[in-house]
Amino acid sequence: MDKKIFIEPLFKNNPISVLVLGICSALAVTVKLEPALVMTLSVTIVLGFSEAIVSLLRKTIPNRIRIIVQLVVVAMLVILVDQILKAFAYEVSKQLSVFVGLIITNCIIMGRIEAFALANKPWPSFVDGIANGLGYGIILIAVAFFRELFGSGTLLGYNIVPASWYIKNGGFYENNGLFILPPMALILVGMFIWVQRSIQKELIEE
Amino acid sequence: MKAIRKLVDNIKPTFSKGGKLGFLHSTFDAFETFLFVPNLVTKTGTHIRDSIDLKRTMTMVIFALTPALLFGMYNVGHQHALATGASMDFWQTFFYGFLRVIPMVIVSYGVGLGIEFASAQIRGHEVNEGYLVTGMLIPLIMPVDLPLWMLALAVAFSVIIGKEVFGGTGMNIWNPALIARAFAFFAYPSFMSGDKVWVSGLTKGEGIIDGFSGATPLANAQAGIWSEVPSLQEMFLGLIPGSVGETSTLAILLGAALLIFTGIASWRIMVSVVAGGLLTGLLLNLVAPSPDSYLAIPAWYHLVMGGFAFGTVFMATDPVTGSQTNRGKWIYGFLIGMLAVVIRVFNPGYPEGMMLAILLMNTFAPLIDYSVVQKNIKRREKRAIIK
Repeated sequence: MDKKIFIEPLFKNNPISVLVLGICSALAVTVKLEPALVMTLSVTIVLGFSEAIVSLLRKTIPNRIRIIVQLVVVAMLVILVDQILKAFAYEVSKQLSVFVGLIITNCIIMGRIEAFALANKPWPSFVDGIANGLGYGIILIAVAFFRELFGSGTLLGYNIVPASWYIKNGGFYENNGLFILPPMALILVGMFIWVQRSIQKELIEE
Repeated sequence: MKAIRKLVDNIKPTFSKGGKLGFLHSTFDAFETFLFVPNLVTKTGTHIRDSIDLKRTMTMVIFALTPALLFGMYNVGHQHALATGASMDFWQTFFYGFLRVIPMVIVSYGVGLGIEFASAQIRGHEVNEGYLVTGMLIPLIMPVDLPLWMLALAVAFSVIIGKEVFGGTGMNIWNPALIARAFAFFAYPSFMSGDKVWVSGLTKGEGIIDGFSGATPLANAQAGIWSEVPSLQEMFLGLIPGSVGETSTLAILLGAALLIFTGIASWRIMVSVVAGGLLTGLLLNLVAPSPDSYLAIPAWYHLVMGGFAFGTVFMATDPVTGSQTNRGKWIYGFLIGMLAVVIRVFNPGYPEGMMLAILLMNTFAPLIDYSVVQKNIKRREKRAIIK
């Protein structure tokens, strides 16, 4: 199997910063690092297995109803992930609220199934799904890292900025409220795209 | 003058391409064109040229801002004296404010120009002069007690994200000074709004007279404390708490007169913003449920409270982010005035609506221009008889 299937989605063909898919959840779940990690894990699992299953079925699915079949597969996996989260990580699942359920509408999933799983064998499809999930996760975690660090002064809930730095304790520092608001996630994603494009010049359109 | 010219000519080869410091040629060029009007002429095509270039225009706006700046300095001292009960004569008052405001101006110019020069060097462009005005506007629309590092961060954000990513001066969608204020406003709300931030020294709370409130007229009006809202005359003169340069409508009008006289800022936008605010205020007066409600405040109060006048004269008229067509300017200005009053009166979260109104209309300015131009094309098409 080609190694490129696994390597490319991580950076060179990243689903968020190059394909610009799945932006919505990148804005919604990145206020804190923990939900972003859980979201990454959920999307990666759903994406990997749904691509593998659709790829197994790809020769039997009638072309005209393929979207419905794909949705059934994805929906089943999403419900599974949702139930597991509710059972074993209730707090995080409450923080993620509807966004786990909304994985079903994540553009990356339909995009990769349509573009890759329908035309490839199960194992490469599975790897493609895992790699795209991780590529999505890299951006998500990077955005959440900056948003939690500058917006709340914590990482994974632990205080990073010393309490004595804050103005109310006689210091000079103050958390940046803009990082908590959704627009900053969009600006951060934009900045990552900016950085990537200045590294990968071939992405710049004429 | 000749001596400076000679000096510039002498060191020019060092900074030109191939010279020892050739990589700094953007920086050199910026200073040379700042000192002397460049004697270059257009080589290709036909251009309509004005006798003044962008640097001279910007300098004129700085002159127009001077009354507001000087008054702002005096007012900072005056408010401090009121808060602490200290008796200060005119020069002490002014000097106190001067020492508070000058660091803000230095930080604003230092950070902003630093980024502008660096990005011009990296791209090999000329240094654009747009920041000369922005750098003066930013300290004037911030509360005086804002920590300087927050100011620096807001300036950096506005220059990089508000301007440079779009391609620099003349390409930005939103007014950079207002982007800086919006950044600070949403990032550090407790330092940008409330009752304590407008008077120097009040946040620390040392030596403040008991019962002194630093609330702005807008905040009082919104809270319905009518006895605390100053009279029209007081608000017009501007010895009231507020951001540094926006309190005195009188000082702003002096600047407006200069801008209109020299033809630099559009009088159409100014008139239509005022008309929009005034008409909306009058309309709200008609539907006010009771004489005590905010809706019943006399419409002209809106014009002298808060940042309305400052925004009208120096922000809405920004030639880059405002509408370009004459009819577009009327629509654009009118909607700014209207939205500013609507946000003030109906949104309990934000006492002041001018910033958000201008930023919103900046977004729509190209659309307004497009519709105006399309409408004109359609009208003329109808008139034309095609055989």
